[in-house]
Amino acid sequence: MINNINNTNYTNLLLRFLLYFILIVFVLYYLLPLFVMITTSLKSLEEIRTGSLVSLPRNITFEAWGTAWSSACTGIQCEGLRPFFWNSIFIAIPAVFISTLIGALNGYVVAQWRFRGANIIFALMLFGCFIPFQVILLPMARILGLMDLAGSITGLIFVHVIYGIGFTTLFFRNYYVNIPNELVKAAKIDGATFLRIFWSIFLPLSLPIIVVTVIWQFTQIWNDFLFGVSFSQAGTQPITVALNNIVNSTTGVKEYNVDMAAAIIAAMPTLIVYVFAGKYFIRGLTAGSVKG
Amino acid sequence: MNSILKIKNVNKNFGKISVLNDINIDIESGDFLVLVGPSGCGKSTLLNCIAGLEIIDSGDVFIDNKDMSDVAPKDRDIAMVFQSYALYPTMTVEKNITFGMKVRGVPDDVQKEKLKEVAKQLQIENLLKRKPGQLSGGQRQRVAMGRALVRNPRLFLFDEPLSNLDAKLRVEMRTEIKRLHYDLGASMVYVTHDQIEAMTLATKIVVMKDGFIQQIGTPAEIYNYPENIFVADFMGSPPMNLINATTIKEKNHYKINIKMEDGSIVSIKEKNKSKLPEDLLLGIRPENITETSLKNKQNCHIIRSKVDIIEPAGSDTFVVTKIGNTEVTARFNSETQVSVGSEIDFVVDLGKISYFDKLSGQRI
Repeated sequence: MINNINNTNYTNLLLRFLLYFILIVFVLYYLLPLFVMITTSLKSLEEIRTGSLVSLPRNITFEAWGTAWSSACTGIQCEGLRPFFWNSIFIAIPAVFISTLIGALNGYVVAQWRFRGANIIFALMLFGCFIPFQVILLPMARILGLMDLAGSITGLIFVHVIYGIGFTTLFFRNYYVNIPNELVKAAKIDGATFLRIFWSIFLPLSLPIIVVTVIWQFTQIWNDFLFGVSFSQAGTQPITVALNNIVNSTTGVKEYNVDMAAAIIAAMPTLIVYVFAGKYFIRGLTAGSVKG
Repeated sequence: MNSILKIKNVNKNFGKISVLNDINIDIESGDFLVLVGPSGCGKSTLLNCIAGLEIIDSGDVFIDNKDMSDVAPKDRDIAMVFQSYALYPTMTVEKNITFGMKVRGVPDDVQKEKLKEVAKQLQIENLLKRKPGQLSGGQRQRVAMGRALVRNPRLFLFDEPLSNLDAKLRVEMRTEIKRLHYDLGASMVYVTHDQIEAMTLATKIVVMKDGFIQQIGTPAEIYNYPENIFVADFMGSPPMNLINATTIKEKNHYKINIKMEDGSIVSIKEKNKSKLPEDLLLGIRPENITETSLKNKQNCHIIRSKVDIIEPAGSDTFVVTKIGNTEVTARFNSETQVSVGSEIDFVVDLGKISYFDKLSGQRI
């Protein structure tokens, strides 16, 4: 009897060990690229040429980071990522804000003010989520031209807002549809208007879904490459396009350390957003219903 | 007394489905109107139409003699209490109650005064700083009432306000609503599917089914003189017994025959009705079928039958037997000594019998 218990204990221990072993292998597998990126970005070119890919840097230098930020060449221009980083910020922040606001209003209308055809309109918006980027490139270019927004930051904001509305509406609609419609009725009888009900009752309830939407939209817009490369011109390119240019336009020796540093810089904002708001992201995604 | 709510020829459809058919109701100031019926009968839709939350397809709604058919809910001078309470989740109790006044631009000091008054009346003074999520069901219910009371409207609307409460609390709140109605002298419209709630609260009951009004009347009228078999069956617990019978016309009276299971025939004389159809249903309330020991009444008929089931309910004991081919419930005294399987005499009070046409279901 006692032997038996010991046996099962050993089996359990072994299985547990195996489980952690597999998990650790996967963790290493996923972390390896990041490790290589960070170590490479901290090495000098000389060391990269002579050393091994996975070895730690002998002399840590931030030179590559400085170059990537302010003096790497993106084609003929050699100002690093800095101007493009700000371009991306100027595109992403207004686009995230506007698309989230419109999504919240749309979701509120579709979920709580069931007008005739509300479901059809919602279905069409959902369909908008699945339209491939490539399909809208030419028509969008034409429209931006007609609106006199071609190649401008405003134009890119416009594109991202339009493309994001489908997703933001979906998020907010699914959140608001769980809120009892009697709240709207009660507020109507209390005398509140359409916008007042949204502002005083629905928006204060929405923090979790706002966080989800903001993270989603920010990640999408920040990481976007196709729209960025299609609808921008020399001074208005977002950081993803600049990163590509840095990596592709080097003449002579390939500066891997600068490429790696630039890639990390380009990825940093989305990482930061996720780290700080990730808790709410999970909570918002799983928030099923709002109990009064 | 003046008319506070008048509903005239109101119709409402959802697509092709007609949910309200030619509804006409008129109540006076101070009335407590209860709309009762099974789920899907249109009672909540009707209440929403009164509130203006649903648009009626035709007809008119008058509140205090003003045509409100095209008036927005906020301008109808009504307050409403909802089944889910519909408290604003992010606001404190205080803010919930004063939201309506704030939206309407009532001065702060007036808001405070009214809040204090209502909080005292409903005994929720100690809850004012809490959020709805921190309240129990009964407390939420009070806050929802407070939100309605603070408006001091011409008409209160209640949409099944007690159905989310447990049984004990429901009875307590029922009494409280009744007291409130009495104290305020306010006019109220109340929707419920619970016929006991309807009976206890109402000064006037509207029984609805499938979008049609079945009967309008005082609780006593509805209970004692149901217009048709639906009302007879729906109102009262246990419901009215409906016994199959046939009639034979004799010289100056009708003979009503009930064919018992063993083939024997129970005959009752009916002298007061001038015309009865051949097939009819006898409607008898359980309390009008009693034990022999209470045989002090005249105009009774004794039917001998076997006791099938005994259901003690504390204050009464319900005895189930078979008369004709129908199960019949009789209300006996709780101290009754009858036992299951025994043959006993059931005393039927003939003065309290309702007759229904078997074909149309209508009262005769």
